[in-house]
Amino acid sequence: MIALVDYGAGNLTSVRKALAALGAGVWTPTVPGELARAHGIIVPGVGHFDTTRGLTGDWRSAIAATIADGTPLLGICVGLQWLFEGSVEAPGVAGLGVFAGVCQRVGGDDTLKVPHVGWNSLTMPRPSKLMAGVADGTQVYFTHSYAAPVVDDTVAVCDYGAPFSAAVERDRVSAVQFHPEKSGPAGLHILGNWLRDVV
Amino acid sequence: MLSKRIIACLDVRDGTVVKGVNFEGLRDAGDPAALARRYNAEGIDEIVILDVTATVEARQARAHTIAAVAREIFLPLAVGGGIRSEADAAAAIEAGADKVSLNTAALADPDLITSLARRYGSQAVIVAIDAKRQDDRFAVYGRSGMAETARDAVEWAREATSRGAGEILLTSIDRDGTKAGFDCELTAAVSDAVNIPVIASGGAGSFEHFAEVFTTGHADAALAASIFHFNEKSVSELKRFLNDAGVPVRM
Repeated sequence: MIALVDYGAGNLTSVRKALAALGAGVWTPTVPGELARAHGIIVPGVGHFDTTRGLTGDWRSAIAATIADGTPLLGICVGLQWLFEGSVEAPGVAGLGVFAGVCQRVGGDDTLKVPHVGWNSLTMPRPSKLMAGVADGTQVYFTHSYAAPVVDDTVAVCDYGAPFSAAVERDRVSAVQFHPEKSGPAGLHILGNWLRDVV
Repeated sequence: MLSKRIIACLDVRDGTVVKGVNFEGLRDAGDPAALARRYNAEGIDEIVILDVTATVEARQARAHTIAAVAREIFLPLAVGGGIRSEADAAAAIEAGADKVSLNTAALADPDLITSLARRYGSQAVIVAIDAKRQDDRFAVYGRSGMAETARDAVEWAREATSRGAGEILLTSIDRDGTKAGFDCELTAAVSDAVNIPVIASGGAGSFEHFAEVFTTGHADAALAASIFHFNEKSVSELKRFLNDAGVPVRM
């Protein structure tokens, strides 16, 4: 079973629906202790980095513990950003720090519109489990104003004014800045790749 | 490169898709879920459900229509019409919408834009502006095009942006349903005035109209209804045309 972490950051309906379409069983744990029995964990997220305040305390330590145990984890959108050290969007809120770096505003030099909304193309700097079978140039749906830097663990890059991490992967921790549940067949393929790693 | 989006609009009344001309004379265009399924197969980028009579008849967008459409697609889904409060927005999002579109309610209570942006993020808040040419300006109308306001479309778009809107859905009342082409002058005026994406709406009649609104109209996305509903044009043909014309689209 997949634990879909609900920390009050909005709509989980579409993620749940996409996982159901791929045949995965999903539940929303009500207390952090339930995460121990998850086969995989999804940390979703939309909107403001500040909402990740809902992931402090016991939730934070429970998620860190499952990562240490090798339970596959997938962060989506703000869920990806939270796996970094933080975001200039909410300087007082610490991320989990699995990946190094701080999220910055997208759009580069202010000539591009923000939020970055719509379908943009990916390039894959190296092979990964998450992006297996996804060709360079594949388009996925983004909607965000902040993004994580490109790091050694980046497995998909998108460019909007400046390059940023569209997907990261290290061991069994994966995350995507785009919304696979809103990205048509390409998005379902990527979710399917992640699910294959969940025992 | 960020693609220009093609959005199909489902104007829904009593659970059925309808379409009129200049916001009047509605005719039946079919079942929303069936249309969503077809557009999804043809490669549409996004779907908007507008409950066209919801504001006038003072009722909420019907959750079961949202859920039925959401079941058919793994694409962004926006819902407008009758979103008057945070509770209405929450109900639409709970039913499967990713974004809500505010129109009359935002005009009456601009603070609603801010409170929804705080709760769901700006990316979930579209402010819809229905504009009509009036001498050398564009006047904003509320209540499904029936009530003129004192607001100017460009000024209102700026204010909505500063209050936290994530996108503007800009409809030309003059062009709505006429197939005479988007109002590129209106679209460019608003798009150049704000730093958030602008969705052009009203008047799509040919593939050339889409190319025009993306180039001279500076639109980030274009929305159409009747051109797709009655099987006049397919989304995939439109995208091939735009791609050949050098407009970046998702193929």
